[in-house]
Amino acid sequence: MPCLAFTLRRIVTFLGVLIALNLLSPEARAVSTGSGTPGQAQLQLQLNTTPGTVPNTIAQRVAACFACHGQEGKATSGGYLPRIAGKPAGYLYNQLLNFREDRRHNGAMVSFVGNLSDAYLWEIARYFAALDLPYPAPSLVSLSTAQRARGEALALHGDTARQLPACNQCHGGQLMGMQPATPGLLGLPRDYLLSQLGAWRTQSRRAMAPDCMADIAGRLSPEDLGAVTAWLSQQPVPLGAKPAALRAVADAAVPSALHCGSVAQ
Amino acid sequence: MKTMFNRGVFALLMVALALIAAVWLLSHQGEEPIPAQPLPFSATPQQIERGAYLAKVGNCAGCHTARGGDAFAGGLGIDTPFGMVYSSNLTPDASTGLGGWSSAHFWQAMHNGRSKDGHALYPVFPFPNYTQVTREDSDALYAYLQSLPAVSQARPVHGLHFPFNSQAALAVWRALFFSPEVYRTDAAQSAEWNRGAYLVRGLGHCNACHANRNALGATSQRLEFGGGLIPMQGWYAPSLTASAEAGVAQWPVEQVVALLKNGVADHASALGPMAEVVFRSTQHLSNTDLRAMAVFLKALPPTDAPAPAHSQTDDFIRPNTDLPRGAKIFDKHCADCHGAQGQGGRLAGTVDGPLAYPALAGNRAVTMAQATNVVRIVRSGGFAPATAGNPRPFGMPPSDLSPDDIAAVVSYIRGAWGNKAAPVNSAEVLGATY
Repeated sequence: MPCLAFTLRRIVTFLGVLIALNLLSPEARAVSTGSGTPGQAQLQLQLNTTPGTVPNTIAQRVAACFACHGQEGKATSGGYLPRIAGKPAGYLYNQLLNFREDRRHNGAMVSFVGNLSDAYLWEIARYFAALDLPYPAPSLVSLSTAQRARGEALALHGDTARQLPACNQCHGGQLMGMQPATPGLLGLPRDYLLSQLGAWRTQSRRAMAPDCMADIAGRLSPEDLGAVTAWLSQQPVPLGAKPAALRAVADAAVPSALHCGSVAQ
Repeated sequence: MKTMFNRGVFALLMVALALIAAVWLLSHQGEEPIPAQPLPFSATPQQIERGAYLAKVGNCAGCHTARGGDAFAGGLGIDTPFGMVYSSNLTPDASTGLGGWSSAHFWQAMHNGRSKDGHALYPVFPFPNYTQVTREDSDALYAYLQSLPAVSQARPVHGLHFPFNSQAALAVWRALFFSPEVYRTDAAQSAEWNRGAYLVRGLGHCNACHANRNALGATSQRLEFGGGLIPMQGWYAPSLTASAEAGVAQWPVEQVVALLKNGVADHASALGPMAEVVFRSTQHLSNTDLRAMAVFLKALPPTDAPAPAHSQTDDFIRPNTDLPRGAKIFDKHCADCHGAQGQGGRLAGTVDGPLAYPALAGNRAVTMAQATNVVRIVRSGGFAPATAGNPRPFGMPPSDLSPDDIAAVVSYIRGAWGNKAAPVNSAEVLGATY
């Protein structure tokens, strides 16, 4: 008799522990039924083994990119990750290639695009180019009058004495970029603009040869760099502005036509 | 006393000389001399085409073409525990490449691991595998490389620490760990198996990653394909013989072929360094050759999974068993794609084939004892390689979770939905990702 009671007590305790564990386990939260009859529900895990449905769209395939680039760029402890929506497709494609071929250095980007084909990178670039997302308000930067004037002059008129073309010669009349491959300069934080110009000066960022921006960045003095990046970062993005249509770069003041490898790329 | 001392010194000298002679003999064992006057070599178009294909099999460009660099011009830095080693220029440039090399010199490099002038090459170049390549295949590779445009690019000086930068050290290494081999057909196995063995053990050099290396950087035949942490890169190349890791004995042949050709199979995908192997190498192989490799891999004698590398922190940092925290992180960051039950996501309009978002339940990449890879994937995200069979892969975002949170969610998925793998601690996460 005592033997039987002991055994029964052991069985009940065992069952009780099993039930308790099931109730506390994450699986117990499952609501949808997969396989298995209702009678098995008590002591058996009810798992939904039917995979969800994934939309067959490019947007879904590259949704991961927004995690870092956000809708309008994202400031992180590792640096500013620029906005990619609405940039010319040729520019985005070139950058994806530049990361894959180590002309721009970013370990995270290489781990993403390193094993993707040219064709897929082009599709990804076209997708982001076509996005029409709002821009953030411009950053607040304190500028002296002289700095403001210098920045505006460089951006809109250039400096022929120093062989500096105006930014809007290539980057579009509204500085919102030019098709097919020249990016806009507005809606970006000053730090990012400074870091990219600095990267061209130190050759840690490169474009396909001939690398026009490397030449231009090299000719800008530190005061110029400060002034033009501050001025650009302060400009509001015109409503509905898009990259300008392609037009030939023609300015007698600029020595030899600006043949830039990134545009021919 | 003086006589005894002299005798002692003499004896030591003799022992030392004997050792040096032994090392010299052993490091040169099995090497046939290169003819002084190389035979004339004229490459046929078929040979060059064959060589181009074999270069894909061996993934020569993986080391000998730097990112964004000229084809096969070298200059890629490979970090090793002994210092940085740079790949050499294989283009036919006379002063910086293989311009003055004969087919016999190239064979000497592939088969004996020696350069044209006889100096020993560093086994970062996997000549312990390439030694099995036939002379015919070596000549085809030589013909292909000689047909490339010559690029003038000198190899950067290796950054090896003393004594590893010396030929003496290499002589000792060769004496201990290397002797030239030829591939011997196993008559007991099919022709297909033998072809697979030749590819996997030779040009494929799979063992160069998928096996452990000892303190001197050598792999062992006994532990062939047993899995290993890739030195300096921080990824784990899983065991190809353990069913709990990447053993394919239970897989249909077509699934093994699919993984190598497309980068994805029903129950696995190629991520980390293997994604590059698929992208640059195996996706270009013929179906016949991939089948042969699959047949060989399936026939490997099954083994137990190796124990994970023991970290000293394991003894005093407890694994993260805060499962509710892990579950919450999973719900917020992962369940949308991977499913609340880790069942994955299927591309709309398909009923079979690989899932667009892999299932985590029953996923060996999640449950293998060495948790390095799943931690890295959670931290960094990524894409499977773009191949003809999977041209537009779905991406996984990186996470900016803290090491504690990564440990929590990885521990959770390793123990959920029937998965029965041990939890991880945050130190392991730090060790694997930063």
